[in-house]
Amino acid sequence: MGSNAGGFDFDLCKRNALLENKGMTLPKAWKTGTTIAGLIYKDGVVLGADTRSTSGSTVADKNCTKIHFIAPNVYACGAGTAADLEHVTEMVSGQVALHRYATGRQTRVITAMTMFKQHLFKYQGHVSAALVLGGYDLNGPHLFTIYPHGSTDSLPFATMGSGSVNAMAMFEAYYKDDLERPEAMALVARAIRSGVMNDLGSGSNVDLCVITKDGVDYLRNYEYLQAKTYTRQFPVKYPPGTATVLKQHVLSLKGVEVIEGAEEMDVS
Amino acid sequence: LGTSIIALTFDGGVILGADSRTSTGNYIANRASDKITPLCDNVYTLRSGSASDTQAIAGYVQHFIAQHQAEEGDQVTVKTVANLVKMMAYNNKDFMQAGLIVAGFDKHGGGQVYSISLGGTVTATPFAMSGSGSTYINGFCDKYWRENMSEQDAMEFITRALRYAMTWDASSGGCIRTVTITAAGVKRQFIQGSQIPPTYGELPRQQVVA
Repeated sequence: MGSNAGGFDFDLCKRNALLENKGMTLPKAWKTGTTIAGLIYKDGVVLGADTRSTSGSTVADKNCTKIHFIAPNVYACGAGTAADLEHVTEMVSGQVALHRYATGRQTRVITAMTMFKQHLFKYQGHVSAALVLGGYDLNGPHLFTIYPHGSTDSLPFATMGSGSVNAMAMFEAYYKDDLERPEAMALVARAIRSGVMNDLGSGSNVDLCVITKDGVDYLRNYEYLQAKTYTRQFPVKYPPGTATVLKQHVLSLKGVEVIEGAEEMDVS
Repeated sequence: LGTSIIALTFDGGVILGADSRTSTGNYIANRASDKITPLCDNVYTLRSGSASDTQAIAGYVQHFIAQHQAEEGDQVTVKTVANLVKMMAYNNKDFMQAGLIVAGFDKHGGGQVYSISLGGTVTATPFAMSGSGSTYINGFCDKYWRENMSEQDAMEFITRALRYAMTWDASSGGCIRTVTITAAGVKRQFIQGSQIPPTYGELPRQQVVA
């Protein structure tokens, strides 16, 4: 593949185009048609998300994590293309860790927000990542929404994703300033549940993440909304006699030649 | 950012006013947005057009003006800031959808308002407005705007103009935010949606948030 020394190599694009012409359908990107929400309460921030990941109209992952770690005091819920979200949140998480080492200080939520918005704006919306970023730093609790084109809003309560209108309905009806922790968690869970029940792109379970000055409570599968009538036991144990033996053939290895030492693997 | 934004000079400074609605299609993404962004201590900007484009421009201008301020050792002039915003808009005109109004106060020129339109044209006027809602209040503003109003008259004018713009334009609404910049400094004010008197034919707005 010598023609480009460095830079992009577009050889596979020709191959993909050829396959497409022959009638092969390209795989669809996994999207997180989603309900994500966050709200600021008395002592901090509560973030919530559903756990359904879709590829077209098939559920690709019934229990994926949409609340991504950014810093010990900052988490981000993500909606949009799953790959874009994973990569952009991991990228900012790394950048922000390096920033911590350079400054010797706790990460500020607004730092992560600026890194996200500048990256997303650079790609003019082609990086399909819509985030609800929340955390607690020296200036108190913060909650931001970040859109794929790079615009941000600072709000006391926010929702994003295909189920955002469902969740926002709950927030607009029941949000109050300075809620207590159990009320705040119940309201966010209710908002996500509203998305799970009424939006086709959202489903499965509710994850919550509570961030205060004292630390983070990552409540994976806070509400488990899908009851499976039958769960398979792992490892599967089949008693002898389950499968009927039709034929048996025993091979002796006496005539096999064993060579010690081997040719080195070609790693050039 | 379907918007209604207005800025005008008065006897002693400038007042900037904006609605608070950010919409994506028919959904209101933020009903309490702040479209009045500081570029430096004495100069603010009103943003209309694409939210991401205007936030990005404001970010760059804040950065470069802070550097410039450090080098100047003195208050930055409103014209300098407006010029920098214009350069961003003009040089990137193919990629941007940003209509900004830059307004502020400096000791050389007093209160000044500069309007920077989509292609990067700068116009210095004592009164400027922009955004989708501004089209509905052209007649009103022509009739009721006067040069060198008092601060109180100017505030009344702006809130009344924005009130009408928010009534008639679907992409404008929410609450009214204003920023007054004078030699003494910057003052922010906020009028809640429920406190804005309804116009003829409108039902009174109720305070719905619990």
